[in-house]
Amino acid sequence: MILELKMNTIRYIIQKEFKQIFRNKAMLPIIFVLPLIQLAILANAATFEVKNIKFGYIDNDKTSLSRELIEKFNASTYFNVLTDFPSHIIADADMLEGQVDVVLEIPLHFERNLLKEKKTDLSVRINAIDGAAAGVENVYVNRIVQQFNQKVRTELLLVGENINKLQNIATIPSFWYNETLNYKTFMVPGILVLLVTMITLFLSGMNIVREKEIGTLEQINVTPIKKYQFIIGKLFPFLILGLVLLTVGLIIAKLLFDIPIVGSILLMYGYSIIYILVILGMGLFISNFTDTQQQAMFIAWFFMVIFILMSGLFTPIESMPNWAQVLTEFNPIKYYVQVMRMVMLKGAGFSDIYQQLLKTLAYALIMNALAVYSYKKVT
Amino acid sequence: MGISVKHISKSYDKVRALDDISFEVKPGELFGLIGPDGAGKTTLFRILTTLLIADKGEATVAGYDVVNDYKAIRNLVGYMPGRFSLYQDLTVEENLNFFATIFGTTIEENYDLIKDIYVQIEPFKNRRAGKLSGGMKQKLALSCALIHKPKVLFLDEPTTGVDPVSRKEFWEILKRLQQKDITILVSTPYMDEAALCDRIALMTGGQILQLSAPEAIIASFPKKIFKVRTAETYRLIQDLKVFTQTHSAYPFGEYMHFTSMESDFKAEDLIRYLKGKKHKNIEVLETEPTIEDSFMELSK
Repeated sequence: MILELKMNTIRYIIQKEFKQIFRNKAMLPIIFVLPLIQLAILANAATFEVKNIKFGYIDNDKTSLSRELIEKFNASTYFNVLTDFPSHIIADADMLEGQVDVVLEIPLHFERNLLKEKKTDLSVRINAIDGAAAGVENVYVNRIVQQFNQKVRTELLLVGENINKLQNIATIPSFWYNETLNYKTFMVPGILVLLVTMITLFLSGMNIVREKEIGTLEQINVTPIKKYQFIIGKLFPFLILGLVLLTVGLIIAKLLFDIPIVGSILLMYGYSIIYILVILGMGLFISNFTDTQQQAMFIAWFFMVIFILMSGLFTPIESMPNWAQVLTEFNPIKYYVQVMRMVMLKGAGFSDIYQQLLKTLAYALIMNALAVYSYKKVT
Repeated sequence: MGISVKHISKSYDKVRALDDISFEVKPGELFGLIGPDGAGKTTLFRILTTLLIADKGEATVAGYDVVNDYKAIRNLVGYMPGRFSLYQDLTVEENLNFFATIFGTTIEENYDLIKDIYVQIEPFKNRRAGKLSGGMKQKLALSCALIHKPKVLFLDEPTTGVDPVSRKEFWEILKRLQQKDITILVSTPYMDEAALCDRIALMTGGQILQLSAPEAIIASFPKKIFKVRTAETYRLIQDLKVFTQTHSAYPFGEYMHFTSMESDFKAEDLIRYLKGKKHKNIEVLETEPTIEDSFMELSK
């Protein structure tokens, strides 16, 4: 009888929360439109492929070989051959203005040196404002120059006296779990993580603060309602909301981007539930230490930005300095990104993700214990 | 089942909100805390409703200690905070249902207690609370505070911002609730409402100036009081302030209330003075003191 009454209270609070959530006019668009827009824009825009490199050259040689080299760049899909600069002064000025990303300078006597002395120099200048892109561009340039080099050498040697067989070693990479190196396949699971995290953290974090702001919390605190009833009643709706968001996101990912979902859906949802509990605990914790929705929003943003940037979603964790890698151990988003990618793309099973699962579970327990402990019915 | 407050003090940083307050509210009494904003009324309410812990002193509500037995108190009291604090995005009925549920009861179970009030807002039961008028909001808040049949009711400035008709109705409701054995502690900045309480405590600056039945407080007013009016109110104020006989002079409705330092002061003395100051349409009448006069006198 008493237990039934307690369950009744929790059920009623949950019911009330849902009513309030759906009476909020912004809520339905947030649940259905936001995932669509975020996935459609981010998955298409946030790629690391460097394409359409603005390429310029200074050809001081103007011979058939130099033109052949330039033709190689022209043929590459990565480079847009834009300009034939008469001098490097003009080329430098253009780079300063951002008109050109890569400038190749072919020296005078390029062909002659190559034929007679079997070696020559090339000068390449790359705009490194965006360091990551510059690195990639450098690799592309080198690859083309190498191919050219090999071709020229083969021709020269064939013409020459020795008929030694050339030893050619070519590497043909095979990309597992994402054969075509499709960035969307790689990004979409991560963006789903962002979506679920952001919305559940902000909504849950601001929900209790809102009750503080409008004064209803004070009225509720003078009732015999138990802490756990109130907290469960408050957080449960957002757990459901998070799962609904995940579902909407997955459907969009499948329909719009045809992202493979190799692994177990059940495992994915099981892990997601634990993960959302971490985020909800965090939201509650934030709301315990803030008095207005604005404060809660700023603090939530602060943690969100750090967690996202250090999650391995946009930059690989392996390339972070050691201390940062240690910090990422405490980043729940990192684990969720890993698990989503592993389960969706690789079909990872329980035994593959149990480490992440255990850590997230520990995180959920600690976070919620802290949140419940710091929630006070007395001011 | 009353309230007992003993030597309660509470400070916020350097501000003393309550300074060694003591009083008793008898079971079934309608007790008023009367005082201006900042007198410490809300702080006292928050201590008695277990939302705030006092720095010093002790208090009991319905026999339970506010610190040690806070759980028992939360089952027994109804609290209506000064600010409307129900869910604006829930309907009248949903709000009432919500509070009934978290107190482990239902609307039907205690309907008789709130019936008088609820019938007035029942036509709007599907309207969102945020869309109600001020008076309706107060009635809904009172219904929510009563839904679990509390023994003690705390009403923090329930009529602030409510129109005069609704205010009058509200006090009639309180009188009826009192008949049902509910102890009521109500605070208000309106002195005219004080006369409707059984006993009142006049508060200012965290202290109680006087505590008694309203009639007794009025009866103990030490001076003769005159209401004064002339054609030029502003000049009247100035002239009364500089009059050598003046003990106190302050605006009261369309009149000035005036008391003299002399106990045998007569209306004619004042009329003569005002005529000397070239006032026209002079009107000076002896009048009965009110709670407000007592308050002005005490807080001088």
